[in-house]
Amino acid sequence: MSGGIVSWGVYLPYWRLERAAIGAAFGTATARGTRAVASYDEDTTTLGVEAGRRALSIAGVPVPEDLFFSTPAPAYLDKTNATTIHAALGLPPGAGAYDLCGSVRSAWATMSLTALSGERRPSMAVISDLRTGLPGGAEESQGGDGAVAFVFAPEGGVAEVKGHASVTDEFLERWRIPGETASRQWEDRFGEEVYLPAARAAFTAALQNAGLTIDDVDHLVVAGLHARAVGSLRKSLGVPSDRVAPDHVARIGNLGAAQAGVGLADVLERGSPGQVVVVLELADGADAVVLRTTPALAAVQEERRKAGSIDVAALAGQGRADLPYAVFLTWRGHLRREPPRRPDPERPDAPAMRRNESWKFGFVASRCVACGFVHLPPTRVCLSCRAVDRMEPLRLADVRGTVATYTVDRLAFSLSPPMVGAVIDFDGGGRYRGEMTDVDPGTVSIGTRVEMTFRRLYTAEGVHNYFWKARPLSDGGGATDEDAGSVDAGGTERG
Amino acid sequence: MASRGIRDRVAIVGMGCTPFGELWDKSVDDLLTDATVECVDSAGISLDDVDAFWLGTMGSGLSGLTLSRPLKIDYKPVTHVENFCATGSEAYRNACYAVASGAYDLAMAVGVEKLKDSGYSGLTGIRQVGDGTLAGLSSPAAFSFLVPAYAHKYGVDPDELKSVLTRIAWKNHRNGAVNPRAQFRKEVSMEKIASSPLVAGELGVFDCSGVSDGAAAVVVCRAEDAHRYTDTPLYVKGLSLVAGPAAGIIDPDYDYTSFEEVVRSAADAYHQAGITDPRAQLAMAEVHDCFTPTELVLMEDLGFAERGTAWKEVMAGTFDRDGELPVNPDGGLKSFGHPIGASGLRMLFECWLQLRGKAPPERQIAGVGEGGRTLGLTHNLGGGPGECVSFVGVVGSQLSD
Repeated sequence: MSGGIVSWGVYLPYWRLERAAIGAAFGTATARGTRAVASYDEDTTTLGVEAGRRALSIAGVPVPEDLFFSTPAPAYLDKTNATTIHAALGLPPGAGAYDLCGSVRSAWATMSLTALSGERRPSMAVISDLRTGLPGGAEESQGGDGAVAFVFAPEGGVAEVKGHASVTDEFLERWRIPGETASRQWEDRFGEEVYLPAARAAFTAALQNAGLTIDDVDHLVVAGLHARAVGSLRKSLGVPSDRVAPDHVARIGNLGAAQAGVGLADVLERGSPGQVVVVLELADGADAVVLRTTPALAAVQEERRKAGSIDVAALAGQGRADLPYAVFLTWRGHLRREPPRRPDPERPDAPAMRRNESWKFGFVASRCVACGFVHLPPTRVCLSCRAVDRMEPLRLADVRGTVATYTVDRLAFSLSPPMVGAVIDFDGGGRYRGEMTDVDPGTVSIGTRVEMTFRRLYTAEGVHNYFWKARPLSDGGGATDEDAGSVDAGGTERG
Repeated sequence: MASRGIRDRVAIVGMGCTPFGELWDKSVDDLLTDATVECVDSAGISLDDVDAFWLGTMGSGLSGLTLSRPLKIDYKPVTHVENFCATGSEAYRNACYAVASGAYDLAMAVGVEKLKDSGYSGLTGIRQVGDGTLAGLSSPAAFSFLVPAYAHKYGVDPDELKSVLTRIAWKNHRNGAVNPRAQFRKEVSMEKIASSPLVAGELGVFDCSGVSDGAAAVVVCRAEDAHRYTDTPLYVKGLSLVAGPAAGIIDPDYDYTSFEEVVRSAADAYHQAGITDPRAQLAMAEVHDCFTPTELVLMEDLGFAERGTAWKEVMAGTFDRDGELPVNPDGGLKSFGHPIGASGLRMLFECWLQLRGKAPPERQIAGVGEGGRTLGLTHNLGGGPGECVSFVGVVGSQLSD
């Protein structure tokens, strides 16, 4: 068996913005469709965590020993964001975690690097983007937020790399000074003029490198933020339209750095063994890779079905689209809303976060080995039998729970009031009182089934305060799930 | 292990209580001065006669200097205590033990809080950020967890339960309306209460206690010395304070329809006071109605109603001022106001008035005193459902046999 991609996960946020809502607000012509919107408590790091959790939730996926994270919109500079993802995924301290952040094109390098690393040891790529633009602009309307993760390993790859090619071109097409909230773009026609030949050259060279022809291509993914060039190439490269992968832009928008990866994930979910897949990405030049799926693909697809994994096509069709445009603007910082008459939240303390790393980032509780009682947060003295220091760590991030009681808090500080509070009882033991998110307050009741999600509670004094919240199960979640997932061992290192 | 109590060994011989409210023109020093001066005047003593002080405040000052500086106390022990919203009761409890031990002849407990200067809505806690994982829920939200849980457990229709909570607020406003020291001295219609803007869960603005400034003080001595100061002392029958292991917020067995800390502290205080049937024996109760569902649940936890029946008793008027067991006849936290450190002593102040027949005639509880009921209860709670401290105290106007 050959190495390569052994698992993947795609995360699209709960919210969609109707493009018509933008036009209605400005009194201008309205565009059709929706875009995916990261909630007020999400950033590229938390989006990446959710994609990573999905990739690791499939049975048999090895624990990554290296993690590479890429986004054009990092939550922190200087400080590595991948370490947050590493902690939230419960990876062992011996696993590396590195950022390759800044440009959209960094995502391609991240995939290449992870593939190389994966030839030696299990490695993970996480690519995340949160596309913002100035109010009323095309970027705001046509962009989308989401993340994708791939696990590469020396054995069991679902696709082999048969060829690749790159064309690099220094030209000013899309750019942003650090700190600015929106990208700038040169005139559309100029970008198209430069991109089309570069992309054609990369595509042709990659096929030649693989020893294949256009007729061999079963799936073509074309990605890039230059919509005009991408649209043109999808029609003009000579690949029949039924072999060009859908981009779902109408429903979710253009996911930027994550778009190529999400496109590949979609193809892997729909494809069969022995097929040729070409991924072509336009970003400051063009990169192309030619893959051939292996017999392992069918087994991985089967494992994904067993895990209840939701395919990209279905994810793109989900989402809640009644987000008011004014709320969207508030979330993205373009509208300053009157805050509640409450003190601003304060930044958390670095030493306390460090001491409680496995709890804060990994949602690792403690279970008494003497009597089995589960404590959230972890404690040293058992509530049930009073045994002291006889605890073992227990990661509950991937365990589902049930609402015991709930409230809608209209007084508490929230970036998007009201805050929904709930008392959650976890399957197999453990109770936690905290916040809910991605929830319609009117639909919560005693008995509502929930799962945990990693979020940014708020930012104070330049510190992002990350922690876990509960959200209603998208599938209703009747069944209880006692299995805490595949990375428990890693998550227990510092319990 | 034992909680033996100090029944009839300590007497209350003087009290003071400022009006509660939005006292923009009063400082913490002013409030402390007003309450302590009224207190020593009522005992016929001077501040100089007091041997030791316990000051209760949660956030309006630190250390004994908060009291000794404005009152110019002459090199005497002043202890600052804090126990969330039970702070005032905690100051009182410690002062009682001080005289019971024989260490001092006269001890004073003072509680104060100045909440309105913060400029924020509701309570603001002290900084407790740590690792940033504590849920940022507000106090009304924490107590509103009781509402769906109670409705679910006892099969009470949510609309019916809303009416029950509304009636609790209505009753306490009605009591406060005739109390000149109360923050809100106006009756409020049930329609207005029920339709007030929601704060958390089912709780509207009128389901929440008043955020206010105020202070109250008590002076205690050994029971045998009481008549040196007054012909009508109150005797301390029971004092119980418990801090729970915060079990409810981590134990799935807890169902959010009770405060175990209250059940435990009530049992202890009743044992100390010799109370076996609180509903029949008590003349009145001042309970911690921080939010209306708290008072509902307390009626069961304190043994005033069977489990699952308090909502019916509320609707039947059992706890009205002219009911079988008047609860919060002074208006409670709801209407009198809730300056944290002062509240426990404000409750005691109402017992001081009512049990001695000194409340104004228009709000004096009937049938109190010799030949009638002589015991009053104060209940003070800090924290929230699942993790709190609870104080239950019993005082009486007569010595037991």
